[in-house]
Amino acid sequence: MLTKRIIPCLDIKNGRTVKGVNFVDLRDAGDPVELAKIYSDEGADELVFLDISATEERRRTLVDLVRKVAATINIPFTVGGGISAVEDVEVLLQNGADKVSINSSAVKNPQLINDLAQKFGSQCVVVAIDAKQIDGEWMVHLVGGKVPTEIKLFDWAQEVEQRGAGEILFTSMNHDGTKNGFANEALAKLSELVNIPIIASGGAGNIQHFVDTFVEGKSDAALAASVFHFKEIEIKTLKKELKKNNIEVRI
Amino acid sequence: MKIVIINYGAGNIQSIMFAIERLGYKAVLSNDPDEIKAADKVIFPGVGEASYAMKMLKESGLDTLIPTLKQPVFGICLGMQLMCNHSEEGDTKGLGIFDVNVVKFSKKVKVPQMGWNVIYNLKSDLFKGIAEKEYMYLVHSFYAPICAETIATTDYELEYSSALENDNFYGTQFHPEKSGDVGEKILDNFLKL
Repeated sequence: MLTKRIIPCLDIKNGRTVKGVNFVDLRDAGDPVELAKIYSDEGADELVFLDISATEERRRTLVDLVRKVAATINIPFTVGGGISAVEDVEVLLQNGADKVSINSSAVKNPQLINDLAQKFGSQCVVVAIDAKQIDGEWMVHLVGGKVPTEIKLFDWAQEVEQRGAGEILFTSMNHDGTKNGFANEALAKLSELVNIPIIASGGAGNIQHFVDTFVEGKSDAALAASVFHFKEIEIKTLKKELKKNNIEVRI
Repeated sequence: MKIVIINYGAGNIQSIMFAIERLGYKAVLSNDPDEIKAADKVIFPGVGEASYAMKMLKESGLDTLIPTLKQPVFGICLGMQLMCNHSEEGDTKGLGIFDVNVVKFSKKVKVPQMGWNVIYNLKSDLFKGIAEKEYMYLVHSFYAPICAETIATTDYELEYSSALENDNFYGTQFHPEKSGDVGEKILDNFLKL
């Protein structure tokens, strides 16, 4: 059976990991390559690197990082942040990234999804959607959830699938950072509406939250950052617990 | 040992290069028929859409060369699918190395299948030292049904071929270069054939 996936997310700025990480055995806590290797050895199923740097230097340092990560780890990884053109994606894939994640640029230019799917295949196109529930309605937000749009989450999810997205990474702004669990109701609805995998993001605080998002939220994968970085949850322990709950995982 | 990765403009070639380097070998990228013919081992990668990849292959004349190769040849993912008779994706005629037609998963399951699934009923030197039901990384919407050349089986909606073998030709639907240490061992087994 296809397993549920556990995906740690690393925020990258100028080629370095940001947000404190709490690994005592790390020689350099800011080195994304070393962190990636640790997560890979601990049993992470994939990794996501989110580039949040804003300088012109970004692309070069990011490409350099992608090469180093691809040379070191033997599991798939996704790169996101600041991708707005086919050429951006080409250079990342050529250097060993398996997938790219696009967010605001897909909202501003939906044709980008079609172009990427056509040129590189749907399997490497992840569309990240940040949404916030306002008066009962889930609305898409941009720029890390800061800027609201008039687009409804469920409409947009169906559109990105039709345009050729291979996967949707859904972050609930209502849940992100709360550690109170994932947005399982919205996630379950997404899973019923579209026929591509859904990655749950935002709200992971304990192991039960992962169980819930796979069972109630029908998520195909769950992404988290701080609970892994601060070792509040260890991936090995998490997977053992998921297995005890009859959730198929790779151990 | 000379390892050539066929470079025809389709595929995540860098990941395979790195995996081979981690195993202690060097590989070269080539679309030159003479260099490919002279190699000890040939790897035929591929991601993306079948008819586009086949078009690229034809443009470099490699569609006629590959079936005539005598050394071990390893098709990965779309590479394996293109080695079959036909693919439903873009109604694409394949290289006819594996006697099976590639078809699409139904809407009963999420498509693409994306993630880790087990391989079993292993029957090949490619899987020497590999236990049954190890997890491999797969990303695909089309599959090769079970046939006489099946050497590994995976279950998603139904049982299908996650690896094929015919004489010196091998193919895996999964990505050994992205399937952790066990995947690397399979790649190593191929390089030691």
